[in-house]
Amino acid sequence: MTSLDTKPRKADKPARAVRSAGDRTFAGLSTGAGILILVVLAGVAAFLIAESLDAISAPAAEVPGGEGVWSYVGPLVFGTLLAAVIALLVATPLGVAIALFITYYAPKRIAATLGYLIDLLAAIPSVVYGFWGLAALAPSLVPFYAWAERNLGFLPFFAGPASVTGRTMLTAGLVLAIMILPIISAISREVFSQAPALHREAALALGATRWEMIKMAVLPYGKSGVIGGAMLGLGRALGETLAVAIVLSVSGGITFDLISSSNPSTIAANIALQFPESSGLDVSTLIFTGLVLFVITLAVNMLARYVVNRRADFSGAN
Amino acid sequence: MAKRIDVSDLDIFYGNFKAVEGVNVSIEPRSVTALIGPSGCGKSTFLRSLNRMHEVIPGARVEGKVVIDGQDLYGSDVDPVDVRRQIGMVFQRPNPFPTMSIYDNVVAGVRLNSKKMKKNDLDDLVESSLRGANLWNEVKDRLDRPGSGLSGGQQQRLCIARAIAVQPEVLLMDEPCSALDPISTLAIEDLMTELKDRFTIVIVTHNMQQAARVSEQTGFFNLNGVGQPGRLIEFNPTEKIFSNPDQKATEDYISGRFG
Ligand SMILES: Nc1ncnc2c1ncn2[C@@H]1O[C@H](COP(=O)(O)OP(=O)(O)O)[C@@H](O)[C@H]1O
Ligand SMILES: [Mg+2]
Repeated sequence: MTSLDTKPRKADKPARAVRSAGDRTFAGLSTGAGILILVVLAGVAAFLIAESLDAISAPAAEVPGGEGVWSYVGPLVFGTLLAAVIALLVATPLGVAIALFITYYAPKRIAATLGYLIDLLAAIPSVVYGFWGLAALAPSLVPFYAWAERNLGFLPFFAGPASVTGRTMLTAGLVLAIMILPIISAISREVFSQAPALHREAALALGATRWEMIKMAVLPYGKSGVIGGAMLGLGRALGETLAVAIVLSVSGGITFDLISSSNPSTIAANIALQFPESSGLDVSTLIFTGLVLFVITLAVNMLARYVVNRRADFSGAN
Repeated sequence: MAKRIDVSDLDIFYGNFKAVEGVNVSIEPRSVTALIGPSGCGKSTFLRSLNRMHEVIPGARVEGKVVIDGQDLYGSDVDPVDVRRQIGMVFQRPNPFPTMSIYDNVVAGVRLNSKKMKKNDLDDLVESSLRGANLWNEVKDRLDRPGSGLSGGQQQRLCIARAIAVQPEVLLMDEPCSALDPISTLAIEDLMTELKDRFTIVIVTHNMQQAARVSEQTGFFNLNGVGQPGRLIEFNPTEKIFSNPDQKATEDYISGRFG
């Protein structure tokens, strides 16, 4: 199914002798490629750690913000996760629904066109998304934010004061959602369309409606693929720089208020915005935040793999 | 519970291709009816038209009548989903849901009927269905394990348990033993003999001895050439088909002269 299902294995132990030259070459190439990935990963990690040591060991007062690296990175981590989680919460159900519609409901021609249009979303550069979010989406959401503050203000998410520019955490999350929608829907579409006819027919023959058939034979089969797609999307949302840097109005610390103008930035956007004017310890601090982002992304991926593998013998891959 | 099936002037199409033509037959309740014939003559196609699974394939349709105890299956007010709930099907390749446990596989159809059942009743149903399929003793200690971990023969019996758990009126089986070893095949043949007291069974088989062993009636399908529609050439008591068939083609086929 997806790459998530096939764990990257170390090259098979030489139980059998490698015979032909072709086999040997291929074994060598693939082992080399596997090792190369590990070397690159280790290299990146080593670089990040080495460069951020200065900031970690510096006196708290000298680090930007004046309270040490951990206080500096805290709100950024929060902002990064919040924007990415909003994006994921919006894009995953939408992507799955679109994928189901394309694979099992839409007439062939509509399905093909829709699939093509969604794929096109992936080809739009993120700077364009950023400007679209700033110039089109944000202003059009302003009335909604005002309404939400009046009517839903009892929820911490809509506490307000509502932004008059619309450059809020929610807007940034929505822009990210649209950016990761193609990944999630493309992967979901792929796994849904591969749900075996054998099991779809088994469900139908038991008297399942189309939706029941999807619940019995398609969604369980595609679940790990959907999780994989969502994690890829999450990876992109966590690391997205330009769109967030352009859309989000940044001033302030940790808050769950999604509709105000004072938001924490995200790690990637903050690096992009601060880096040009930084030197010395500031750079080291920024690299430290990059290290944190690296660790978060690794953790997310490991969590995803754990979730996918937990019920592997029920996965339908056997 | 078991019901009679009357088919008249049934033509079955895949798009513009007519796969089966002019079938007229009456299938008796509480009996096993076998369908035999060479590959590609439309046995599976015909079988799938009896529970409206045929139309699941895009462009597939039928003309003619299939009547089950007076009810026209293809009537304009008949929901195919209801038809399939009354007529169970077992496929050629065992297809338990790999994402479900053995237990959940058995009750999958019952859960669809959205009857709220108490845990106790469900447990009883699982046991009686698995016993009905001669599988209980082999799986009673691992009901929560995935069905895909069973052997092929066990998987097929699990599929039979799943089909009979909803108490269908008719059970259709499309070469249910063709992927199985001889011992599992015998187990399933024994099972059919037991089940015919409660269900009307129609089975497609490539195995002539099997047809002779399990069925009361046998239908022979044949086709005149590639691209021609298949036809039901002869339908008679199994004994007669295998000793003194009416048609020369039937005799040629069962004596192994072609097919
Ligand atoms: N999904 C399908 N689409 C188009 N034609 C099909 C399809 N399934 C079967 N057919 C055709 O219908 C005819 C009957 O096939 P089938 O019912 O599978 O035969 P049998 O089960 O007797 O071997 C064959 O000519 C076959 O090619
Ligand atoms: Mg067949």
